[in-house]
Amino acid sequence: MTAVTISPAPVRPVSRRRNLRWLISDVAVLAKRSLARIAREPETLMDVTIQPILFVLLFAFVFGGAIPLPGGGNYHEYLIGGMLAMGLAATAPGTAVALVTDMSSGLIDRFRSLPTSRSAVLAGRTIADLVTQVIGTAVVAGVGLAIGWRIHSSVADAAAAFGLALLFGYAFTWLGACLGMVLRSPEAAQQLGFVLFLPLTFVSNAFVPTQGMPGWLQPIAEWNPMSALAAASRSLFGNPNPAASVQAWPMQHPELAVLGWSAVLLAVFTPLAVRLYHRKAR
Amino acid sequence: MGEIPAIETERLTKSFGSTQALSGLDLAVPQGGILGLLGPNGAGKTTAVRVLTTLLRPDSGQARVLGFDVVRQAAEVRHHIGLTGQYAALDDYLTGRANLIMIGQLGRLSRSQARRRADELLARFDLTGAAGRAVKTYSGGMRRRLDLAASLIGRPEVLFLDEPTTGLDPNSRAVMWEIIRELAAEGTTLLLTTQYLEEADQLASQVAVIDAGRVVADGTPDQLKAKVGEDRIAVQLAPGSDLAAAVAVVRGQTTGRVEADPSQLQITAPIPARDGITTDVVRALDAAGVRVSDVTLSRPSLDDVFMILTGHRAAPEPAPAGGDAGQPATEQGGAAA
Repeated sequence: MTAVTISPAPVRPVSRRRNLRWLISDVAVLAKRSLARIAREPETLMDVTIQPILFVLLFAFVFGGAIPLPGGGNYHEYLIGGMLAMGLAATAPGTAVALVTDMSSGLIDRFRSLPTSRSAVLAGRTIADLVTQVIGTAVVAGVGLAIGWRIHSSVADAAAAFGLALLFGYAFTWLGACLGMVLRSPEAAQQLGFVLFLPLTFVSNAFVPTQGMPGWLQPIAEWNPMSALAAASRSLFGNPNPAASVQAWPMQHPELAVLGWSAVLLAVFTPLAVRLYHRKAR
Repeated sequence: MGEIPAIETERLTKSFGSTQALSGLDLAVPQGGILGLLGPNGAGKTTAVRVLTTLLRPDSGQARVLGFDVVRQAAEVRHHIGLTGQYAALDDYLTGRANLIMIGQLGRLSRSQARRRADELLARFDLTGAAGRAVKTYSGGMRRRLDLAASLIGRPEVLFLDEPTTGLDPNSRAVMWEIIRELAAEGTTLLLTTQYLEEADQLASQVAVIDAGRVVADGTPDQLKAKVGEDRIAVQLAPGSDLAAAVAVVRGQTTGRVEADPSQLQITAPIPARDGITTDVVRALDAAGVRVSDVTLSRPSLDDVFMILTGHRAAPEPAPAGGDAGQPATEQGGAAA
């Protein structure tokens, strides 16, 4: 075979600022694409709308009466901090399912064959999921107001509570993104999401104060990030917060604990998800 | 001499676990050329396309598109290529038009450019009426056309089509062929994979037959067919028909040697491969007053090509001597799924 000499092709001049502009544009296009589905089929939002409403009603009117709060207080007001945490955690399996679906349909391959910024697919997805989390949070707050939950603190504290919750929620979607990169079918993502999400939510103070749990389970529940998030929200909203009397560090400093957990989740799962995404080209 | 080949691979290899998908693939396609990559399932066609479109890293060897290395200059390669995979890669929940605009924007068109180009392609591929509908309501043929439109939105110089007509009904297939011919006429370099000899023959200017990850034969479709043999027609006459008259009629339809078997009242002859040839022969025989009881047309199938070129059947079978005979069960081994 004759060797063919190839003159090096001219390489396109690349500027950093130009790349950044394209990255932002790509992320916006992809986030908009994910949200467009919600506009066409609002029923896909059921997991952040109907589901939390059902849980609020279930706990407020069925289980709540049987759950005593150490130090007293209205269970309906206690409930909403936990419900916020649950609603945010519930969206992570959705992130995984959406990514696995795009992977198996070949759509992500198409994106990867385009000159699209490499990290835009994951960033676009997680930002779209953040928007659904904002919607879910508003629904929880709305149904909370309807059952008697009130904010007893300043506007700044309330804003901080919502801000912390959404920060944690966003960090959590990157765990979902990692699962989406590893799993092979949307069904598997759905099921694994449920298996992880259920103990995470229920072995916490989201619905029941940890004081009533067996001694061996209490430290697990107290260090569960869901507990910190629920406690931080309750404390910032001025709602009953029995966790304040628990000695564990995250219960004494729930806001810092939420910031810490969010930072850890972002520091671990963002680069991991990006790596797994790139490894698809192995 | 100086022109850079549009597509070029040298001793390209890729394996998935113990499965060797590419085992030293050499290809060269000049700019404006149309290469038909012909082979059975598991021959390595999809893997070759995935390497060339920067979706998969080869284990060894070189692959270049317009002179850009697909590994080291992947970003540059992506500016020049379009890809249409085996399954329409579209967002089912977006409208056809929204899909094209999204892919255009991700392919570095501005929003207004992407819109303009989307409308142009929708009109060209006869999808304007369905442009505002969600893609999940589209038929198989419409999805393939939209998928092809999506791969054209950035006006790629090199287009990869992985089994563009597999699973389509004959009508949709004909439409796809027409579109592919138009693209070729506009000077786009094409690499299309197919399992159908006829498709490669109809569309490609050069054909490479691949088996177990390497090229086993290449050349123009005519050269390949000369190796394999042509279509043959067999005419069975009704008892009492005029054999000599029938032979004269068949001779008028072919330039090849016409064989007649008087005892069986049967005529066989090589015949040009074109649509409607059987009908033409039957009409001509009818016009000459010859009564026919049966006409059969036999075309060399991919199996025949394989049997002749490789000495074994196209379908994967237990490896006789290990080594490169083992073919992947499916070509999706490297796919993200």
